[in-house]
Amino acid sequence: MNILAEQYLLEMKNIHKRFPGVYALKGVSLQLKAGEVHALLGENGAGKSTLIKILGGIYSKDEGEIYIEGKKTDIKSVNDARAAGISIIHQELVLVPYLTVAENIFLGREPKKKSGFLDEDEMIRRTGEILNELGLSIRPTDVIADLNIASQQMVEIAKAISFGSRIVVMDEPTSSLSDKEVDMLFANIKKLTQRGIGIVYISHRMSELDAIVDRVTVLRDGEYIDTVATKDTTNDELVAMMVGRSLDNYYVRTYNKCEKTVLEVKGLNNNKLHDVSFDLREGEILGFAGLVGAGRTETVRAIFGLDKLDSGSVKLDGKELAGKKPSEILKAGICLVPEDRKAEGLFPEMSISFNETLKVLDQFIKGISVDHNKEQEIIDRYIKALSVKVADVENPISSLSGGNQQKVIIGSWLAAGPKILILDEPTRGIDVGSKSEIYTIMNELAKQGVSIIMVSSELPEVLNMSDRIVVMCDGRINGVMDHTEATQEKIMQQAVLV
Amino acid sequence: MNKMVDGTKKYFKRNAGILIGLALICIVITVNSPQFLTQNNIMNVLRQISSNMFLASSMTMVLIAGGIDLSVGSGIAMIGVMAGTFLNMNIPIPVVIIICLIAGALIGSVNGTIISRTTLPPFIVTYSIQSILKGGTYVFTGGTTVRIDNRVWTNLGTGYAFGVIPYPVIYLSVVFVIVWLVLNKTKLGRHIYAVGGNEKAARFSGINVIRTRMFVYIFSGVMAALAGMVLCARQYSGNPLAGDGAEMDAIAACVLGGTSMAGGYGFIGGTLIGALIIGLLNNGLNLMGIDSYWQIILKGVVILAAVYIDYLKNLKKSKAN
Repeated sequence: MNILAEQYLLEMKNIHKRFPGVYALKGVSLQLKAGEVHALLGENGAGKSTLIKILGGIYSKDEGEIYIEGKKTDIKSVNDARAAGISIIHQELVLVPYLTVAENIFLGREPKKKSGFLDEDEMIRRTGEILNELGLSIRPTDVIADLNIASQQMVEIAKAISFGSRIVVMDEPTSSLSDKEVDMLFANIKKLTQRGIGIVYISHRMSELDAIVDRVTVLRDGEYIDTVATKDTTNDELVAMMVGRSLDNYYVRTYNKCEKTVLEVKGLNNNKLHDVSFDLREGEILGFAGLVGAGRTETVRAIFGLDKLDSGSVKLDGKELAGKKPSEILKAGICLVPEDRKAEGLFPEMSISFNETLKVLDQFIKGISVDHNKEQEIIDRYIKALSVKVADVENPISSLSGGNQQKVIIGSWLAAGPKILILDEPTRGIDVGSKSEIYTIMNELAKQGVSIIMVSSELPEVLNMSDRIVVMCDGRINGVMDHTEATQEKIMQQAVLV
Repeated sequence: MNKMVDGTKKYFKRNAGILIGLALICIVITVNSPQFLTQNNIMNVLRQISSNMFLASSMTMVLIAGGIDLSVGSGIAMIGVMAGTFLNMNIPIPVVIIICLIAGALIGSVNGTIISRTTLPPFIVTYSIQSILKGGTYVFTGGTTVRIDNRVWTNLGTGYAFGVIPYPVIYLSVVFVIVWLVLNKTKLGRHIYAVGGNEKAARFSGINVIRTRMFVYIFSGVMAALAGMVLCARQYSGNPLAGDGAEMDAIAACVLGGTSMAGGYGFIGGTLIGALIIGLLNNGLNLMGIDSYWQIILKGVVILAAVYIDYLKNLKKSKAN
């Protein structure tokens, strides 16, 4: 072995990948050391997923080489990847919900007794060992569906360990975790690195980099930009590398005078909410902060008529909306853009144009006459406004990258021209450049007099975009503050206050 | 005009698999039976597929909306018996037609109400309703057939417009055009796709999911009534055995035509080809003098082969992506 050359756990060298019409990877390299957390950064469509899929054996590379512990390795299938000690933990977890932890970990390679029946004791014993080693409080006999998402993620990690993986790829592991769960995940990642496991970490949250990441590789438009150590760079420098320009005005906000009250919410009560009251003014962005489970999503669901209320009133311009159906509330001028836009906003089989125009069919369909020019006009306007990259709007929406799908869906709600726009986690799963575009649009809408309720778990976003901030905890409103007096500390105090 | 050319191109591209299948079947039958390509026989085939096509039209909508309706087969029997009984009581034909259509709508609204207001699976709900209707029809008739002697009525099923086109083919064309318009040119149509494609997202989009579901099941009930009336007119009787298993032929026609049983995807134009394949198969195998028990086996084989061709086509498409 050549002692002089640094021994990498994994080295991907000069990887090229072409799809029909797309040159997805143009000579990308990645070097992962043992015991390091290595972030892969880039906007949506930069080539992160493609690179990971090549590593995981889902795609095959056109050119380039992969070395594992200095040995050239051919990865042609998922099984090859697994045999080479690579585990990929996908954003969407792939556990079987109604099986136990042990059954999931040994799925497809269950230990058998001599009689040919399952050796459940052995399965549970070995799972227990792995869980103990990771210091997890999960039992091997717990059913997956009963675990929260953070715990499920831990099970995925345990599964990876049980395969003896030395290279673990995590694709946006924190996107659906609460702060406490994120801390737990980070602690577990540290444990893995101490065992010499190398971790490739994909995330859109810049704040996480300082917390756990050692080095960062940045991709842009399928090209390798650079690899840098986290401690030697600032987040601004990384963002500039990702988008190819510096985003000086990342948060765009001009504050308006908001005086007229448009929405009056009084005394909302149901099994998740306790006496929730607030008002929303014209042209205002009202931020909702709080921990996961504090009742923010439940509040906006109740306002939109998706959850039943035991008591309370929701008045839009003096008109009572409580007890109405979502379809009526939408007509009255309130739109709710849900948090999980893939599950609750997307029609994956249908075309981009179908998805974009579904909420505004009234504008171009009268009886059986469809005004195609008007339809095209609506599509063009919002696709341009959100700079979605589209080849043909009649293609299925599933042909777009995840970030572009998000933009189409958000655009479909904007097209409805709401008086009040409720955004639940507006920038979740969206890359840095697009985030800034969404902030710009929010600011524009507020300027035009649209009132916005923004539920967000990202404090910088809440602090920089809101006029006023509502802090919720345990189904109650704990405080409302003006943006001029709000700080991260004040919000957190109220978010955990009993 | 350009749009029409585009549409036609798209239609052939989308349905290439089963169109080839359809052509193959036609060639095989033509080679083996000179009677096949006669005007008489073709009109006969069209008349025969009309009942299936009524059901398949509404089934396309039901499947796209993410449901299924197994009650339509026994709806045919019930409506046939009902029409026969009323006709024999000398109730005027227009009144009989209206009563039958209302009865069909009622069956549909029972299905629709249960399915849209609860989380009971449509498969089980409509299967139960099927059983209730079937049993009810047997109880009412004691298992015997109700003869229909009203010549005006039977002529509505057996007669010809302009001496060539069987009446049922005209009804069929009207139904086809209506369903095509609803699915492609109305808000309701897009709502149907939305509800079947992603119910949660449809609700967030302000779509009235309950009303959309109600519509497809009521329409399905009405089509069952129409099929029941046409069939009893063609057979000069209301038979409690009529329409047995017809729901499966309708579903097969939809799936052959590319409609997804998981909801959110499907086309009425494809369903028409699907219904043609099933109809031609029945007709052609008869013409070729193939034993009727063997016909049942062959029907299964051909349907399986046709969906397999389609699967291969989609596989190629998804690989290209």
